[in-house]
Amino acid sequence: MHPLDRKLLRDLWHLKGQVLAIAVVIATGVGVMVQSLGAIQSLQATADAYYERYRFADVFCHLKRAPKSLVPRLADIPGVQTVEPRIVEYATLDIAGFEEPATALLSSLPERGKPLLNQLALQSGRLVDLAKPEEVVVNEKFAAAQDLTLGDTVQAVINTQKRTLRIVGIALSPEHTYAIGPGALMPDDKRYAIFWMGERALAGAFDLDGAFNDVTLTLLPHTPPEGVIQRLDRILAPYGGSGAYARKDQISNWFLMSEIDQLATMARLLPSIFLIVAAFLTNMVVDRLIATERGVIGLLKAFGYSDLEVGWHYMKLVMVIALIGVVLGSFLGAGLGQWTTSIYAQMYSFPFLLFRPLPDSFLIAGGLSLLAAMVGTASAVRRAVRLAPAEAMRPPAPPSFSRSYLAQTGLARLLDQPTRMIFRQVFRWPLRSGLTVIGIGMSVAVLIMALQWIDSINRLIDVYFVAAQRQDVTVSLTEVRPPSVMRDFENLPGVLAVEGQRNLDVRAHLGPRNKRMQISGLPARQGLYLVYDDAGGAIDLPPDGLVISTKLAEILGAKTGDRIELEVLEGQRPIVEVPVVRVFNTFIGYPAYMRLEAINRMMHETNVVNTVHLRIDPNQQAALFARLKDMPHVSSVTLRQAAIDIFNETMAKTVLVFVGMFAGFASALAIGVVYNSARIALSERGRELATLRVIGFTRFEISYILLGQSLLLTVMALPVGCLIGNWLALGMAKSFDTELYRIPAVIEPSSFGYAMLVTLAAAAISALMVRRRLDRLDLIAVLKTRE
Amino acid sequence: MQNQNAEKAETQPEETGRPAKTTLSARSLSKVYGSGALAIRALDNVDFDLYEGELVVLLGASGSGKSTLLNIIGGLDRPTSGKVFFDGTEITAFDDSALTRYRRDHVGFVFQFYNLVPSLTAEENVALVTEIAADPMSPADALRLVGLGGRLTHFPAQLSGGEQQRVAIARAIAKRPRVLLCDEPTGALDSQTGVIVLEAVERINRELGTTTALITHNVGIAAMADRVIRLADGAIQDVSVNTDKIAASEIRW
Ligand SMILES: Nc1ncnc2c1ncn2[C@@H]1O[C@H](COP(=O)(O)OP(=O)(O)O)[C@@H](O)[C@H]1O
Ligand SMILES: [Mg+2]
Repeated sequence: MHPLDRKLLRDLWHLKGQVLAIAVVIATGVGVMVQSLGAIQSLQATADAYYERYRFADVFCHLKRAPKSLVPRLADIPGVQTVEPRIVEYATLDIAGFEEPATALLSSLPERGKPLLNQLALQSGRLVDLAKPEEVVVNEKFAAAQDLTLGDTVQAVINTQKRTLRIVGIALSPEHTYAIGPGALMPDDKRYAIFWMGERALAGAFDLDGAFNDVTLTLLPHTPPEGVIQRLDRILAPYGGSGAYARKDQISNWFLMSEIDQLATMARLLPSIFLIVAAFLTNMVVDRLIATERGVIGLLKAFGYSDLEVGWHYMKLVMVIALIGVVLGSFLGAGLGQWTTSIYAQMYSFPFLLFRPLPDSFLIAGGLSLLAAMVGTASAVRRAVRLAPAEAMRPPAPPSFSRSYLAQTGLARLLDQPTRMIFRQVFRWPLRSGLTVIGIGMSVAVLIMALQWIDSINRLIDVYFVAAQRQDVTVSLTEVRPPSVMRDFENLPGVLAVEGQRNLDVRAHLGPRNKRMQISGLPARQGLYLVYDDAGGAIDLPPDGLVISTKLAEILGAKTGDRIELEVLEGQRPIVEVPVVRVFNTFIGYPAYMRLEAINRMMHETNVVNTVHLRIDPNQQAALFARLKDMPHVSSVTLRQAAIDIFNETMAKTVLVFVGMFAGFASALAIGVVYNSARIALSERGRELATLRVIGFTRFEISYILLGQSLLLTVMALPVGCLIGNWLALGMAKSFDTELYRIPAVIEPSSFGYAMLVTLAAAAISALMVRRRLDRLDLIAVLKTRE
Repeated sequence: MQNQNAEKAETQPEETGRPAKTTLSARSLSKVYGSGALAIRALDNVDFDLYEGELVVLLGASGSGKSTLLNIIGGLDRPTSGKVFFDGTEITAFDDSALTRYRRDHVGFVFQFYNLVPSLTAEENVALVTEIAADPMSPADALRLVGLGGRLTHFPAQLSGGEQQRVAIARAIAKRPRVLLCDEPTGALDSQTGVIVLEAVERINRELGTTTALITHNVGIAAMADRVIRLADGAIQDVSVNTDKIAASEIRW
């Protein structure tokens, strides 16, 4: 081995603590990148394969009723490959031993048996026997949550009839990888089920013989869905079509894809932070090494080593450090990746999981880390290369300190000598101190970014579920009912208050833009389900006109005063123009509201409703639920408390794990930066500190001088970190802006507190590690060696 | 730079009358550090020659410009004005990479503070140079030449100052350089150890015929030289030929 390479290895060994600290920071960056890229690739590959193998449809449309003879016309639309009509409805379930009512989405299986599209991945049992209308196949998540197996029975109110259904199969479907109920924000597997039943059975129950009320289509390769959707809507309009939508707007797929998008953001942002800090740390260490090796560098040059050879020597050192980080990070990333993918596997229902971290995720992460470390150290190495040999042989001039601005203020007189030394040291190298402060600050920032999710989600729950919703139960009806239905609900046991709502499917047009959406009709002043601006509170609905959310305003490009054309997709399908009266802010969806009477006037109907909100007496809950389970015309029942519980449960399971992981990352950052800066200070000031010991300073005093510097830098980093964290977290929250929900940008003071505490603790640990070295400082040896 | 040309004959000074050829010669060398009022004239119009195979001692007080001169002729530094010729080729006209080649192929340096790489053993420190040389001796042979055949695997921290300096000498001569330049090699050593180091330098000069220039401010050491050149305030004060040169082992200070 070349003696220089041997020197390199020994230098690395000598610097092992620092090398490891940097490697850990790089490893974290690489780990997160490999993890996220791996998870992205795995999720995408799994989804692609699943969708392909089980023939997930490209276009979906629900309608009221159309004869099957219409199917060939749909198939004739240019670009359409396969058309599958079906029947889709909701039913209320009564599960033995489960007090609350649950909701099932009923979906028909064709007469032939196996569906053409959205095929089922049977996990156990079989598809239904078409001659036996009581047979159902259920989704696996629901079966697991309710502890149901093959042969078990479930009571269901299907349309107006109570039926007993028997489970003959347990399956997954590409349509329901993320099985989310109507109006829900998260899957509730106990209370929301997917039931597949024979077409004849459903047709009989819903009076749809020879007809269908839902259709899914696949398109020929490379056919954009927009044109097909337009033609489809035109054909289905007379049959009560409620507007077709493409796969990208299909709810389960939408969640899956936005998860992938979020991972992609992670894969960009976090590793960048770590790699930048790592680059700075490597620079700091190499710069110091080069300073101590001035003599060696001069010597190598005196003996005829070229600039290139000298530079290459130090670059190799940097590359080895980075490679250690990359190797550690690859293992970390592979582990984390497998673990996150398994979390996704639990969250989403896939029949199989392709964990395929492609080699390129490792190569990208490794390459970027190497590059970052090399770019980061380029200036230090260039300095080594530039060093004139004669210059290098001379010891460097002692750094010049000056009585700073600080020293001239009265403050300086208050400080004792060691404290003054700390301040001078910090301000003597403002760039290095500044970078150290930012490096430690990044640790605080990363934590704030993680903790902010908890704060934001808590705020979301507070605003959406607590402030804006006062009902306990929301019942959606299968169709609009006269106002008398409100009295039926009032008469149920334990019902304290009832409020009706009418939802209307429309396509809104403004200029060139249009959006398929729902308008909700509510009383002028709502008592249970509030129209709620998340900044300004409850809103009274004006007698006429639309009150729309900012998200909808953004989608349509609408503002107050604009007249929106509503193409109603139900009933007589009138087309009306309604002015926007007010725009309000909400975190969830893109709702639009009108006064209930105004909607009904528009539809030439009198006070009909299709949704009922109830406030109930908790003591009579059981009796009420028992009645709700048997009620006809009920399509789904949603419990507000259950939704909150699910939110909190999911938070505890996923977000807390994610926060814990980030705390680990942040500690790695803090330890990496503090340990390295303290070690470098020790290396630079070892002689000085030893001299102080010789002239009588105590161990504690010199520890104070050295570690006080780290402490001062850490304390300075806390507010800086809070600022960066605030900025990053709010930026992240803002970037998470989708039609389904926005993340409120909130950071509680306690999150700043926790973030600073974790960073301080990590800094203290690394300071203690350096302090142990300080205690072993060999006075004689330090004084004997020439710098 | 290997090719000998006619210029060489002309640069040979008459007064010594020796038939030796010139290895290194400097003409009108000046070196100014800094500028303006703070400018320091470290070398002032110096003419200097080093003949093949001789051992020259450069004598002068601290600050007289000895190191500056040595660094310039060794290709470590550049003069402010003037020229330096090696075997008749002007090295002051070289670019950095040619200068690097010159140092790599022809010059061996020894410094006051040894400048060994602390993380390499004695043998590895020497190998550092033999790795890049065209026709080196083995590191072990070089160390045997300076009497350290038994210390090959010792690290600098495990060697005394005199031993470290001899490793430095072994390192400088292992590539069989044409010129050996020693800047106060005994400056950090006591007299007894210093003599051992000087003996090593003397042996190299005698056995390998390496042209040697040795800087010292110690007048006693001048006795072992073929010629003694005195510097003061950046200028050559006088040049004397030692007619009764003594062995390094007889020197005491
Ligand atoms: N890099 C430098 N910058 C400024 N002055 C220098 C530098 N190097 C040497 N000098 C000055 O040049 C003069 C000669 O220095 P030097 O050749 O090192 O002397 P010697 O080796 O004889 O002690 C001294 O006055 C010294 O202070
Ligand atoms: Mg000198």
